[in-house]
Amino acid sequence: MLLSDTPAEADFRHRLREWLGKTLPELPAAPDPSDWPGRRDYDTAWQRRLFDAGYAGIHWPVDAGGKGASPSEHLIFLEETERAGAPYVGASFVGLLHAGPTIAAEGTPAQRARLLPPILRGDEIWCQGFSEPGAGSDLAALRTRAVRDGDSYVVTGSKIWTSHAEVADWCELLVRTDPDAPKHQGITWLAMNMDAPGVTVRPLRTLAGTTEFAELFLDEVRVPAANRVGEENDGWRVTMVTLSFERGTAFASEAVACRREVRELARVARANGAWDDLELRRALATLSAEFAALWRLVQWNVSEAASRGVPGAGGSVFKLRFSEARQHLYDLAARVIGDEALIEGPWTAQRLQGLSYTIAAGTSQIQRNIVAQRILGLPKGR
Amino acid sequence: MHFQLTEDQRALQQGMRELLTRGEPGWERLHDVGLFTLRVPEAQDGLGLGLAEAVLAFEEAGRALVRGPLVGSELAATLGRDTAEVVRVPARGPVLVPYLPELTWVLLLDLDGSLRIVPSAGLDARPAQAVDPRMPLWEITGPLPDGELCTAADADRLAAEATLLTAALQCGLAARALADAVDYARTREQFGQPIGAFQAVQHLCADMLARAELARVAVYAAAVSADSEEIAGAKLLADEAAVHNARDCLQVHGGMGFTWEAPVHLLLKRAWAWERAVADREHCLDQLAGHL
Repeated sequence: MLLSDTPAEADFRHRLREWLGKTLPELPAAPDPSDWPGRRDYDTAWQRRLFDAGYAGIHWPVDAGGKGASPSEHLIFLEETERAGAPYVGASFVGLLHAGPTIAAEGTPAQRARLLPPILRGDEIWCQGFSEPGAGSDLAALRTRAVRDGDSYVVTGSKIWTSHAEVADWCELLVRTDPDAPKHQGITWLAMNMDAPGVTVRPLRTLAGTTEFAELFLDEVRVPAANRVGEENDGWRVTMVTLSFERGTAFASEAVACRREVRELARVARANGAWDDLELRRALATLSAEFAALWRLVQWNVSEAASRGVPGAGGSVFKLRFSEARQHLYDLAARVIGDEALIEGPWTAQRLQGLSYTIAAGTSQIQRNIVAQRILGLPKGR
Repeated sequence: MHFQLTEDQRALQQGMRELLTRGEPGWERLHDVGLFTLRVPEAQDGLGLGLAEAVLAFEEAGRALVRGPLVGSELAATLGRDTAEVVRVPARGPVLVPYLPELTWVLLLDLDGSLRIVPSAGLDARPAQAVDPRMPLWEITGPLPDGELCTAADADRLAAEATLLTAALQCGLAARALADAVDYARTREQFGQPIGAFQAVQHLCADMLARAELARVAVYAAAVSADSEEIAGAKLLADEAAVHNARDCLQVHGGMGFTWEAPVHLLLKRAWAWERAVADREHCLDQLAGHL
């Protein structure tokens, strides 16, 4: 068991730190969160800088234009960029972490050549059209219909929780092409151009008051059959293939950020007197131990994925504990700052945003089902 | 970075698991399998291994719920001494020594962090009625003898190692509680199906796995870093995993879990004892808060 960097990793970390130290001061100020075009420009400009410096698609395979970096190097990249306060992946998220890897694995040579380079350069932004009002945890129940008509599919339906839809060029879309097949077997994966006629984007206001997500309404949108990735009705498998790209690095940046936030909260507590409360102090200590261990679990999961090539049980365990620990952190912050917790501010914003963590990317309840049935081998109920 | 067990470490883990689960191992067998000499230098007939290997072995001892003064004897062996146990002088309540007649030494950890090595023969004590029927306790009645005072550096190191090895025992116990709960949930039927098919039971078990895995990784990492803050955090998580998992294991067993006959209560009672051993919850939390 080795926790320190190998010489090659130390060298990679050193060069990255140097580059970040040189580059970050040159960045413009971050845009207002409600300025979507400004956010797109900011996020794509950062992606372009990463591309020019050779850090774009660091975890992508080399033949897809990536760097083919080891999982450890990818983790170092996430750790160092977060520590240095570099921009978050932002609008490039779906392209770099889901749609891109899916096309790299399942796309035709023509699809790869057309769609992958603009993702790496920050020229094109992707959004995800998976969830629907009637298909949340039960994603395979999705009902957006696609009917073949000559060289195109004609798509009608609606999608929800689509981040960055306002500024996206492309949407990775799951549609139902065979309504009579068992639900996992009638789904197809399409790359839909967001400029196509019939696409309507409506911002969705969250309880935090922001419009992080959008709803997508599709009214007889024509998508060329050439934009189908994988076979017709094989979309469920195509989508799941990307999960094998998951190398334990999901939420790694956030895990680093939370360790910093615990220390920051301890500073706030010392400054305003909350630290004198033994219970609050010990609650902070509990979270400090939790996040330290969760970071070790990230390192464990990444090492496991590197040696076995597939993610192990640790990913679900991490997701479950991390989502809940983050919510505890912001609830504790509310106790530390007192009645300030009733006024808009950075900790309040985190607390509100944090309410999504046990819901997004698999609710904690679904996560527990997965752990119980797939890892512990408990039977499915009748 | 490669934070996974090596081939040798996996073999050690597997070997220990087989040896310790083959019936109740006596003290001789524990010696024979090398539980106490893993970290003793090869020149002194030990195995010359490190803290990580000791942690793996102790995790297996915890899983098998092995009785005896394990942690103190492992530390004593690194000092060239015979059977011992670590006893923390508590902030309140009696000073309790487990397995007293089996001990040659008591490693007495005081409130101020000092550590004294005291011959067990010099202690005035009377037997106490222990909650854990397999961990007999003696209550010190007379004054604590002076013994040999360790240097501050030795005291810190021994206290940290004792904390970590106890955390490793708790990790094994937490994993055992999970395995027993899952076994029972698969076979026990109610309402015409195994109780493990009910999501309410599945979610209990899923949380048990999350606790056991996070604690295990925390303990392994603390063994590699040997950092006292990380060790305190690992003990905290391992205690929580062991106690909470033993409770949930009991809950999954329903009425059977409340009987003397079913062994579930032994897991919980041992978890309670190890939770208080060397560094209890408050001690770990205050140590962690000191680093914030």
